Amino acid sequence: MDFAPTSAPRKAASTKIVIAGGFGVGKTTLVGSVSEIVPLRTEALVTNESEGVDDLAAVPTKATTTVAMDFGRLTLAEDLVLYLFGTPGQRRFWFMWDDLCRGAIGAIVMVDTARLDESFSPLDYFESKGLPFIVAVNQFDGTREYDLDEVAAALALPPEVPIIRVDARDRESAKQALVRVTEYALLRLTQSLTVNAN
Amino acid sequence: MAPDDTRGPDDEPVAPARFVRPYTITAGRTKAAVDLPMEATLRIQPHDASADADLGAGAQRVLDLCDQRSVAEVSALASMPIGVVRVLLGDLVQQGLVRVQATITESSSQDERIELIERTLRGLRSY
Ligand SMILES: Nc1nc2c(ncn2[C@@H]2O[C@H](COP(=O)(O)OP(=O)(O)OP(=O)(O)O)[C@@H](O)[C@H]2O)c(=O)[nH]1
Ligand SMILES: [Mg+2]
Repeated sequence: MDFAPTSAPRKAASTKIVIAGGFGVGKTTLVGSVSEIVPLRTEALVTNESEGVDDLAAVPTKATTTVAMDFGRLTLAEDLVLYLFGTPGQRRFWFMWDDLCRGAIGAIVMVDTARLDESFSPLDYFESKGLPFIVAVNQFDGTREYDLDEVAAALALPPEVPIIRVDARDRESAKQALVRVTEYALLRLTQSLTVNAN
Repeated sequence: MAPDDTRGPDDEPVAPARFVRPYTITAGRTKAAVDLPMEATLRIQPHDASADADLGAGAQRVLDLCDQRSVAEVSALASMPIGVVRVLLGDLVQQGLVRVQATITESSSQDERIELIERTLRGLRSY
């Protein structure tokens, strides 16, 4: 695996993008349609990780629940892997969101126009954390097609936040959503550089 | 597609309550020795087979699974909660048996972030 590098060798690395949105909005579907593996599921125990219990041996019978997260994987180059993590929906699992979002490139907030209100808390969350996010409207069959402007207004999105349509079942469409959030994250970073330079 | 969920009263996936047995594998410890983001990729380091001899069953399982996989994948494939896997992997890293590849972290410089995001973007466009 050792090549004689002519320039500085690139470090093998992994990155992640977070897929958020209300219950049943298509998060796992989107992950599955671009992932090279069937989405896997990881679990976290709620009691200790939310309450910061350091030594569970001291409380051996304390009951705990688990929270599950689905994720997928895209090998983008020999030395670069991108992971997609679907967020667990309920508010009481927000401690997991902090863990998921730390170091993320950005987030895609999926929206079902029939249940717009379910996207309010993810939007609040990413705004408060300053994580770059885009909104992806998942158009379900037989639902009315709203203008994206209308949806953006109903969500009170800041004007710079990209909003797109997505079909979570379609690989190319899901991929475009990933490209879009990555472009936006890059733009945000490079803009902050110019602001800092001035 | 999505693995089956147990649906809670509010229709969210909720696994049944259980007792904190998983952390017996870590002797009750819940804090990992090193920072291990979910997406961080692990690499096994060359080492003497004798170094494996002292490992507990949980650590051995994680060691066997982890090469070129992320923390989240190890958790999913070993069917161990993410926190347990982090403790076990953290120990393996400290023992020099496993190395953690780069991710974006709080300590990444602006240049490092931009470089990684640009690489991701190029990769995605041709994915
Ligand atoms: N028509 C249509 N159906 C979709 C689309 N995306 C997802 N679905 C369907 O909607 C249902 C829910 O999709 P999931 O991907 O499981 O949603 P989720 O957000 O992961 O759900 P939870 O994790 O349970 O919150 C499934 O039956 C999907 O087949 C879409 O773009 N169009
Ligand atoms: Mg899901």
